[in-house]
Amino acid sequence: MPPMPLMRGPEQGPRSASRGRPAMTTRNRPLSPHLQIYRLPLLAIMSITHRVTGVGLVAGLFVLAWWLGAAAAGPEAFEAAQDLIGSPLGYLLLFGWSVALFFHLGHGIRHLLWEAGWGFEIPQAYASAKVSLAATAVLTLVAWIAGLA
Amino acid sequence: MTLRSPIGRARGLGSAKEGAGDAWATIVTAVALVPLSLWFVISVIGLAGADYATFKGWLGRPLNATLMVLTVLTVLYHSQLGIKMVVEDYVHGAAAKVALLIGTKLVAAFLAVCMTVSVLKVAVGV
Repeated sequence: MPPMPLMRGPEQGPRSASRGRPAMTTRNRPLSPHLQIYRLPLLAIMSITHRVTGVGLVAGLFVLAWWLGAAAAGPEAFEAAQDLIGSPLGYLLLFGWSVALFFHLGHGIRHLLWEAGWGFEIPQAYASAKVSLAATAVLTLVAWIAGLA
Repeated sequence: MTLRSPIGRARGLGSAKEGAGDAWATIVTAVALVPLSLWFVISVIGLAGADYATFKGWLGRPLNATLMVLTVLTVLYHSQLGIKMVVEDYVHGAAAKVALLIGTKLVAAFLAVCMTVSVLKVAVGV
């Protein structure tokens, strides 16, 4: 028995009266998996996380500009900024930006390797994804141990 | 049959319409940012809780001021390319897209000059 056709053929669709061609209708057509119901594989999650962390790091650039600007404004402004950064909320944001930076760095190096022509095979792509995720965790841990020591 | 070459058909397509130069600039700045961002993280860890005099002394060293200005300019060039890519991919209204693309460049330029002036003022100012 032949497999069922995935798309409705012209003979199944409603016909317009004028020229005997199928009417312009998209009803009952199979759809490609939509992002909201499609379980993303690790490599796709890595890719979108690279973008999200990049945009998040841009938000951090505004804080860096504020920090340097406070230093330029003088000792009082700088020490007030240092106090704010040293607050629990400041540390929480710094932690987020440190994870984002190390992820973006690790995944960015994967991009550079791809640009150089290395790592396009699926097993290599998964291996480099896992290495960069491990590097993110290790670098974040090392940075915070060094920072809090 | 068509006489147009495959490259001729491919040119101008994609959400950015062009962009080999942007792709190359992203790569060059990314390569520069690998050592610069690691230097930046190590520096910030060393400056945790520093008072103004300590910070001024640190940034007053020419190598630190040089690397900080280099980091700021490189990261802003890299960032505006990244934001441009995101806008081109996700913003579909022509007016909103042009406004965001121009705004991205202007904000990046402002931040680059603002941070450079701040660094120089602390590093060489009285």
